[in-house]
Amino acid sequence: MNDRIEKRIELKAPVSRVWRALTDHHEFGEWFRVKLNGPFVLGQISRGQITYPGYEHVKWEAVVQKMEPERLFSFTWPQMDYSMETATLVEFRLEKTASGTLLLLTESGFDKIPSDRRLEAFRRNDGGWTEQMKNIEKHVATAS
Amino acid sequence: MPAKRQPRAAIFAALGDETRLLLVAKLCAGQPYSISQLTRGSKLTRQAITKHLRVLESVGIVHSVRRGRESRFEFDPQPIEGMREYLELVSEQWDHALCRLKSFVED
Repeated sequence: MNDRIEKRIELKAPVSRVWRALTDHHEFGEWFRVKLNGPFVLGQISRGQITYPGYEHVKWEAVVQKMEPERLFSFTWPQMDYSMETATLVEFRLEKTASGTLLLLTESGFDKIPSDRRLEAFRRNDGGWTEQMKNIEKHVATAS
Repeated sequence: MPAKRQPRAAIFAALGDETRLLLVAKLCAGQPYSISQLTRGSKLTRQAITKHLRVLESVGIVHSVRRGRESRFEFDPQPIEGMREYLELVSEQWDHALCRLKSFVED
C-alpha cells in the first residue's frame, strides 16, 4: 500500500508566477485558505489560522524545509495535536513546460501517524470543507 | 482494541513481507483458514507460517478464532480500510486546494 499522495497538475502560468503563489505567505493563504502570521522562512515554524468560515478555530503550523527558488518548496506539517512527530512532508516541485508549469505535489510520511480516530477528526476538521469547496468552485464558475 | 493504537508504520511493516502479503491475499477472500490449510502448497514450515500470522495478528489485520482443537485465521479489513479512507480524504483535499491554486495563478 502507498503511504504517500502524489498529484501532478499543469498550470498555464510561468514558473515564477507559480513560485510566488506557493511561497509568498499572502498568496499561499489566498488559495490554501489560511491567514499566516508572517513570511515563510527556511527552517522556521510558520504559524497561522485557517480562514474558512466555521473553521477559524483551527490553527495552522508547519516547518519550512526547503526553498529552492522556482524548483522546490517543502514543509513538514503535523497531522495531530500539532506534534512534529506526526508530521507529514509536503513537497511542491516545479517544472517549466511549453505551456507554463508542471506542478508535482507529494505528501509523504503517513506511516508515522497512529491509526487513531482522533486523527481523522482533526483532518476532517480543517479539511472538512471539501463539500463547501465544491460550492465555492461552483460560485466562481458561475460568477466568471 | 490494541490494534487501533498501533502506529500506521507497524501496519506497513507487517505488509512489507512477501510471505505475509501472500497470506493476506489468501485470507482477504473472507474465508477463515487453518494453519494446515495455509501451510499446504507452501515451502515454509508450519512454525514459520504461524510466526507470520502472529505478526499480522499483532497489527489487527488478522484474527484467530478457535474452532474445536484448531485455530483458524481470518482477515480483518479495518486497519487497512482506516488507512485508505484517511489517504483518500487527504487526497481529495489536495485536489480541491490545487484546483484553487490553478484558478489563482491562471487569472
